[in-house]
Amino acid sequence: MSAAPATTSVTLTREGNQISLTGRLTISRAEALEQDLAAALDAIEGPVTLDILAVERMDTVGAWLVHRLLRDRPGSTLEGASADAVRLLAEVKAADVPCIMRPESRPFFRRELERLGAYMFEFFNTIGASLAFIGITLIAAGRALVSRRGFRWNSVFIQMEQTGVNALGIIGLMSFLVGIVIAQQGAVQLRQFGADVFVINLVGRATFRELGILLTAIMVAGRSASAFAAQIGAMKLAEEVDAMRTIGLDPVEVLVLPRVIALMLMMPLLAFFASVLAVIGGGLFTWISLDIPPATFVQRIREVVPMSDFWIGLSKAPAFGLVIAVIGCFQGFQVSGNAESVGYRTTLAVVQSIFLVIVLDAFFAVFYTQLGFD
Amino acid sequence: MGPTSPAALLAPVISVRGLVNRFGDQTVHDGLDLDVLPGEILGVVGGSGSGKSVLMRSIIGLQVPAEGRIEVFGREVSGIDATENKELTRQWGILFQGGALFSGLTVAENVLVPLREYFNLSEGLMAEIASYKIAMVGLPAEAGPKYPSELSGGMKKRAALARSLALDPKLLFLDEPTAGLDPIAADGFDTLIRTLAETMQLTVFLITHDLDTLHAICDRVAVIADKKIIAVDTVSALAKLDHPWMQEYFNGPRGRAAAATAKQDGGRAAAATAKQDGGRAAAATAKQDGDRAAAAPPGLAKTHETGPESS
Ligand SMILES: Nc1ncnc2c1ncn2[C@@H]1O[C@H](COP(=O)(O)OP(=O)(O)O)[C@@H](O)[C@H]1O
Ligand SMILES: [Mg+2]
Repeated sequence: MSAAPATTSVTLTREGNQISLTGRLTISRAEALEQDLAAALDAIEGPVTLDILAVERMDTVGAWLVHRLLRDRPGSTLEGASADAVRLLAEVKAADVPCIMRPESRPFFRRELERLGAYMFEFFNTIGASLAFIGITLIAAGRALVSRRGFRWNSVFIQMEQTGVNALGIIGLMSFLVGIVIAQQGAVQLRQFGADVFVINLVGRATFRELGILLTAIMVAGRSASAFAAQIGAMKLAEEVDAMRTIGLDPVEVLVLPRVIALMLMMPLLAFFASVLAVIGGGLFTWISLDIPPATFVQRIREVVPMSDFWIGLSKAPAFGLVIAVIGCFQGFQVSGNAESVGYRTTLAVVQSIFLVIVLDAFFAVFYTQLGFD
Repeated sequence: MGPTSPAALLAPVISVRGLVNRFGDQTVHDGLDLDVLPGEILGVVGGSGSGKSVLMRSIIGLQVPAEGRIEVFGREVSGIDATENKELTRQWGILFQGGALFSGLTVAENVLVPLREYFNLSEGLMAEIASYKIAMVGLPAEAGPKYPSELSGGMKKRAALARSLALDPKLLFLDEPTAGLDPIAADGFDTLIRTLAETMQLTVFLITHDLDTLHAICDRVAVIADKKIIAVDTVSALAKLDHPWMQEYFNGPRGRAAAATAKQDGGRAAAATAKQDGGRAAAATAKQDGDRAAAAPPGLAKTHETGPESS
């Protein structure tokens, strides 16, 4: 079975009910060999004599094909097997235990019904579980407040850097461009009434009260809710979260609280930064396009934007930060099993947190208007 | 390891020359040389963190070395992306230290992945191949449709071995295959590797801490220390070398126990294996110390017959 000249294929010859194999019985020849064997067997009734004397090399796949033939044709005999071939055949024979490839799948109707049920269950379960998660987080916060150790400010600062400082560039750029767009679109419409100058009202009020914070929240949800879900999810997969528990660390306190606190602290700052850059973008446009000098622009802004707009905008920021951080962490803890689940939960974290931010924003809008701020 | 030694008839399957690996300031390998001969089971030992896994990753092209030349099947691999070279990846099977099963696929599907990638076999045959590979590594049939996250640590190891054996590779890399297995399972594992290696002329690069495995199945053992391969020889010969780490390793309490067990099993194992691999083991050893092994009867080049106590 060793240094024979290499042949490119295995050949099969049949005489009566004797099948002789020559060449290499290996996996790379298995495709053709399986078909040849099937064809030869079709022509033979009853037991077969298989001669593998001229086989140069055999691997487990070759051995399997031989074994299968002998098994399926009771009374068949094997001739010319070398000692190694016999051992290999014995190994393969001992391992002849069929197993199924994937969990049993149910009939279509039942499967779809099951999926619908699972989806509904999951939906309501998520609502309940996320409410419970907020509760757990609050309890952990309360415990951290009264405990001697206090909050993990180290982690909080690291998270503040990652979620806040590192986001300045992209949030700034986005707000600046949005400011320009609002000013430009506003100018086109207002010019029809000869009211170009009201572009300043538009930019000032829209950004400080609504757009600055909303755009920031959406960007942070995309950046940080996904990051939280993926970080915590990967830790869960690697059993790091379990390890933490066994050491006596509360994962909620170690992983969730710092993220929640960091985001609640950073969101107002980011929102303020975003609003300022949007105003700068709008100002730049009005200067270039409407010939309103920056000094006039700033003075107008101070006249037309009430201080309440500024405070209303900022008051929403911590709430949005809380929602984003809690959803991100919650979805991270829902990860189980495999890498796909990390991807699924990360997507959910982003989608749900953006959705909730917008719902919450609508709620705030109605709330403040009812209070008489308009 | 000199290429001019009398028995260097066979070109090495793996040849590493002057390998240097660095991570930042840390130098893991510094001028490492190693040859793995066709048909041998080469054990690789060394302390934790001595760079065994990194050596394996370098050989299979996952770690780009700072310097050095690595050839596998006579082809240079240093610096190439392993996936670029289908001809190479088709011929080797790799068992990673952590298993590295695809978490989104069941055990059986994991075994099917390489089969589907390289061959156009019928679905029925592929399922049969996956089944017997799974049974061969000692997994029950129920494990086939399970996902990796539903398996125990040892079962993951076995499933990963089944996947590495899927293509019947000529060259097998195993990174600590028996770590985390119970002793009975580890014995079964040793026997399986030995049988596959003997019946299919496999070359095996076996990283292990398991002294029993070293004694039971390795033709030669390479020792990594001080960022180099400091010795390559049979276990018994290594145990006699005067190096502090090796003395402690092979002649410490565990080393002695393993050697004693190997000696007890010796007669039986030798009877079983001498006929099969006498020549092969001799050829492997001959490269190291041609004269001694050539003079001895083939079977005697094996470890268990010449344990440290018997000399
Ligand atoms: N990706 C990496 N980055 C930095 N250092 C590494 C990396 N992989 C391994 N090392 C270092 O290289 C050394 C050898 O590692 P390894 O080969 O895994 O050890 P072992 O011999 O136990 O398998 C260790 O000190 C480890 O810290
Ligand atoms: Mg290692």
